[in-house]
Amino acid sequence: MKILAIESSCDETAAAVVVDGRDVRSNIISTQIPIHTLYGGVVPEIASRKHIERVNQVIRKALSDAGETVDSIDAVAVTYGPGLVGALLVGLNAAKAIAWAADKPLIGVNHIEGHIAANFIENKDLNPPFLCLVVSGGHTHLVRVLDYGKYEILGRTVDDAAGEAFDKIARVIGLGYPGGPKIEEDARAGDPTAYHFPLAHVRGSEYDFSFSGLKSAVLNFLNSEAMKCDAAKRRDTLLSDSAHSKSGVGDIPLIDGKLFGTIQRSDLSASFQKAIVDALTTRAFLAAENEGEKRIALAGGVAANSALQSSMREEAKKRGIEFFCPSKILCTDNAAMIGCAGYYELMKGRRSPLSLNAFSDLPIGASNGE
Amino acid sequence: MKILSIDTSGLCCTAAIMEDNILRASYTVDFKKTHSETLLPMVDSLFETTGIMKKEIDLIACASGPGSFTGLRIGAATAKGIALALDKPIIPVPTLLSLSYNACLSQMDIVPMMDARRGQVYTGVYRYEEGTSALPKIVLEQCAIPLEELIEVINENGHGVLFLGDAVPVFKEKIEELVKTDRSFAPGFLSRQRAGALAEVSLLLYNDGKAVSADDFRPDYLRLSQAERERLERENQE
Repeated sequence: MKILAIESSCDETAAAVVVDGRDVRSNIISTQIPIHTLYGGVVPEIASRKHIERVNQVIRKALSDAGETVDSIDAVAVTYGPGLVGALLVGLNAAKAIAWAADKPLIGVNHIEGHIAANFIENKDLNPPFLCLVVSGGHTHLVRVLDYGKYEILGRTVDDAAGEAFDKIARVIGLGYPGGPKIEEDARAGDPTAYHFPLAHVRGSEYDFSFSGLKSAVLNFLNSEAMKCDAAKRRDTLLSDSAHSKSGVGDIPLIDGKLFGTIQRSDLSASFQKAIVDALTTRAFLAAENEGEKRIALAGGVAANSALQSSMREEAKKRGIEFFCPSKILCTDNAAMIGCAGYYELMKGRRSPLSLNAFSDLPIGASNGE
Repeated sequence: MKILSIDTSGLCCTAAIMEDNILRASYTVDFKKTHSETLLPMVDSLFETTGIMKKEIDLIACASGPGSFTGLRIGAATAKGIALALDKPIIPVPTLLSLSYNACLSQMDIVPMMDARRGQVYTGVYRYEEGTSALPKIVLEQCAIPLEELIEVINENGHGVLFLGDAVPVFKEKIEELVKTDRSFAPGFLSRQRAGALAEVSLLLYNDGKAVSADDFRPDYLRLSQAERERLERENQE
């Protein structure tokens, strides 16, 4: 079964052709990162405008690279949530229109389920059940994949997503957007043990995550350093909530790679990254241990973080657990993963109606808008 | 020549099929459901009802703006998807030109108005030649301006005007107060977007060579996004 898949939930316009779920014939991604960098983060209205400008070209390229046409494919899969509604609506309506005009079945796919399915593409032998840690700019979930399209959520973030925490701290320390890759790069030269930031525990739910405490810990630390140095007079404006919620790149003076002239920024990046990686790894393997899972997979944009990958891989090795992680291009938003997830939904006989709508919030395991 | 026309720029979701100047079927819904849920099932029923095959369609006409940003993109993405699959061109139809066509038989200047918020209206002024339904003379190109500025243009021209559009009820009192020329207001059924009018206008535009490829078609918002506007303001201050 040849599936044309379309994804536009955030700042990448993407289309792919996937055969029988795991054979990726084309995977086109048009990123908007350079545009949103001007604003220090994704601007929904601009993202939506860019999607409509690029959507047809991206779809056409995906088809031609795969040697297919609208008529030769068997079905259309599309992300219908969660994500930015205005952005989702572009890919969704284009997909619905193509499916309708070409008389092909349509299947709406949950973006998070797509991220999980990305693991199937390069690991042909991976089948459910397994445990999956999904970490991205908007999501942090610990999910037990019971079967194709069947999930049990063991844990989730109670506040910020891990990727969100990366973005916020990156902004404050002047690394800008996108925070994850920027911090990862900066952290390479840093000492992850230079500073200690506490791991937050969520009372009563051992698999849940909390990253707002960590974010506050880093901000408090910076605040106290600010008070000690010459830049102290600027601290109120620099570190007030309004300052770091805005776009401001380079909020804090950076002298010779040092924030306030005292903190080696790369050390801070490395220490902050370690705190996030530790929180994720610890919970994931606690769940694997308790639930007796022998296989664990990583998914989502933050899965591209090499510190997280190596921490997970090491821990898995130690415990004799099999570890899976998609290659970088399949970790970040892409349509191949949507084609993969869509395939398994279609194989179960599911179809989405032409009235399918987009949803900013969409629970994992929802019913394709049926 | 068969045209599929769609308009989701405003509160109405409207679609039609026109064949050689005959409006074969049209469907307009002005209700709470989002256009994304309504539009394609509506388009599907036009074909179901008429028995016209999708592949018989020669052109896809789509309201190109201004209007609700999201609404415009729902229509545009749908038009682009259909045009891509059927390998047909798109005729972008300016929303206000299409709205003005609802009253193309009037000898007054036609002034369609949509509420653009932020103290402005999306509007334009169109003059149809008596006894024809050819494309009108455009007295004021579609734009986003304060109501007062529009009224100044109208008063300066001195022509009688016919108002229509969903912003009319919002500003009717002010219009009555400030407009010095003859004026009247279109009845409700002519006051909102209609895909039938859009299809007719699109054929005139097509004959004028205004078709674009499915890939190139994009809405004309008449406005930058708020973030872009604020960034430019910041840059201008610096």
